Amino acid sequence: MAEQQNQQSQKGAVRRFLQSIAVPLGAVALALLIGAIIIELSGASAWEAYVALAKGAFGSAEGWRRTLEKTTPLIFSGLAVAFAFKAGLFNIGAQGQLLFGAITAAWVGFAVHGLPPGLHAALALIAGTIAGGLFGAIPGALKTYTGAHEVITTIMLNYIAMGFTDYLANGPLKDRSPGNIIARTPEILPSAKLPTWGWLPFGFILAVLAAVFAWWVLQRTTLGFEIRTVGQNPHAARYAGMKVARTVILTMVISAAFAGIGGAVETQGVVGRYEPGFNANLGFDGITVALLGKTNPFGVIPAAMLLGAMRAGSNVMQFDAHVAQEITDVVQALMLFFVAADQIVRWLLRIRAEEGEKITLSTGWGSQ
Amino acid sequence: MSTPASFANWKLFWKRWGIGLSIAAVVLAVIFYFYARSPRVTEAVLASTLRQSVPLVLGALCGLLGERAAVINIGIEGQMLMAAYVGFMVNVRTGNLLFAVLMGVLTGAVLGALLAFMSVTLKIDQIIGGTVINILAIGLTGYFYQVGLSAQGKLNPIPLGPLAKIPLIGPVLFDNPPITYASIVLVFVVHYVLFHTPWGLRTRAVGEHPRAADTLGINVYLVRYVNVIVGGALAGLAGAYLSLEAVGSFERNMTNGRGFVALAVMIFGKWTPFGAWGAALLFGFATAMQTQLQFAGKLHIPHQFIGMLPYLLTIVVLAGFVGRARPPAADGIPYEKEG
Repeated sequence: MAEQQNQQSQKGAVRRFLQSIAVPLGAVALALLIGAIIIELSGASAWEAYVALAKGAFGSAEGWRRTLEKTTPLIFSGLAVAFAFKAGLFNIGAQGQLLFGAITAAWVGFAVHGLPPGLHAALALIAGTIAGGLFGAIPGALKTYTGAHEVITTIMLNYIAMGFTDYLANGPLKDRSPGNIIARTPEILPSAKLPTWGWLPFGFILAVLAAVFAWWVLQRTTLGFEIRTVGQNPHAARYAGMKVARTVILTMVISAAFAGIGGAVETQGVVGRYEPGFNANLGFDGITVALLGKTNPFGVIPAAMLLGAMRAGSNVMQFDAHVAQEITDVVQALMLFFVAADQIVRWLLRIRAEEGEKITLSTGWGSQ
Repeated sequence: MSTPASFANWKLFWKRWGIGLSIAAVVLAVIFYFYARSPRVTEAVLASTLRQSVPLVLGALCGLLGERAAVINIGIEGQMLMAAYVGFMVNVRTGNLLFAVLMGVLTGAVLGALLAFMSVTLKIDQIIGGTVINILAIGLTGYFYQVGLSAQGKLNPIPLGPLAKIPLIGPVLFDNPPITYASIVLVFVVHYVLFHTPWGLRTRAVGEHPRAADTLGINVYLVRYVNVIVGGALAGLAGAYLSLEAVGSFERNMTNGRGFVALAVMIFGKWTPFGAWGAALLFGFATAMQTQLQFAGKLHIPHQFIGMLPYLLTIVVLAGFVGRARPPAADGIPYEKEG
């Protein structure tokens, strides 16, 4: 009897799992389909384009390395968005938080001398994480104490972060070596760099660990319980004696810390220094990743891999199939549309609605 | 008997208009002071203020039309960007500026319809719906963008006869390109529609208490659809302004956050057209001063910091005014019919 029940609940779990990934998969399929139509309309072959894309992303060890390198910051920014989502907060500021993390890590990376390799790299990572997190505290505090909606404040802070890091890379932190005229910091010391083993960048491992950490905080700690309660019903949370203000700020800090460490990893593992304008849309990409991953920390990883592969393969696609790289942006936007408009996907693919946590974001401008 | 009554009227009048009038008096005094000192610079700054305010006031009108009917439009940025692109491309292909502007407006309206479909019919979270539009616009304009295209002319100033000859006022107010004039007219039109027509009353009812409006036979969905679509058209006009009137070409992400700043402008203006106009002029002034200071090279502040000014101002406005200014009661909440 008990065994049968167990089996049944296992079956139920499998079915629930399949149900929960049906909409994202359907959204991806529909987006690729419409993307194919657009490619065909612009006079190229969609099949060739997608094959070249896949070849570029997974066809070689080099392709895998590029894919994982592109995936890594997407996991971090996806985690930043997904984590804040759980508390009903929409963090569009991952971009700015990432920039602060990146430039701080670069600064620690080139300015601090005489540390052993592992320690130096760790110190730079931690500095980047803290810088990103502190920058995220601003919209959190603005939201709790003044009611300013985080969607607009984080976007404004993105522009401010862009201006500020641009100033730093042009001024106090500029690479003064002879021959350099562009805005960038000096290269970080070898002791601060993160290794890449064959096709596996160390940063990717960190990103996966960060996802585990996010899951652990959300599902296994009191703070996580409070975050989820605030996300589903702030009034109930307040009534239950939770400190909603503190939870909101803390959530933003942790969310932004994910973006910050993402910037640090990008600097220490890929770019090697800070240069303005790198990965300009990572913050927005994080939204797509988070929603494709159903705001589940573990769902974020495959979602980020998908977008990362599209990024990594788009070069080869442009070269082999003569399709502009930006088609990946279009497909990505379509994915976001179909994931958000899950009713369309359900209706087209006849998927039944599932019961799950529902989070409301747009409760007006001055709520909470 | 009549004295206390007129006194009360006066008090009422002061209560309603006092702050606005005092601000206007101070602003005018400052303008005249600077005009007396350096007329040319003052004229340039004021003209630039007005022109910088155009996309903001149009965007804010778009936002408040939606929000008065309880639909938050965070996709103004994307609507502007897409319209700027389409307007520009139509102009490149046809050379017809008027047609290009119309197509830009149409693009905004179509994206408005998309937002309405997502938020009214599908009842998707409105913030996410708007974000979808923004990302879609960045993706599509990026994919179809071609380097090296240039527009065939741009919208030029049309001096309004002798009015344009008046010192100070003439060059600032009566010697502008068409969309700048249109934006001023639209402030009055939207005010009139919102507060003096049955449609405006219905819109506000839907924004404050959709259930009651529904009971009275108002089609809540229809009102929301129309307002969001018309709003989208205004955002489209703002986009056309950027590519066809202000710059004369299209650049990637040329909206530069103006769609979001417009939302702050709307809140600062307390969801009213005139308030939004005043707020937009303030933001326009901040941008105009920034350009002027950079141009004159008088300030030894890094240009990046001066460039942050509008964004900082937006945050300050949001922090200071949200909560004190009251948004429509049903703002952001999808309406579910009973039954």
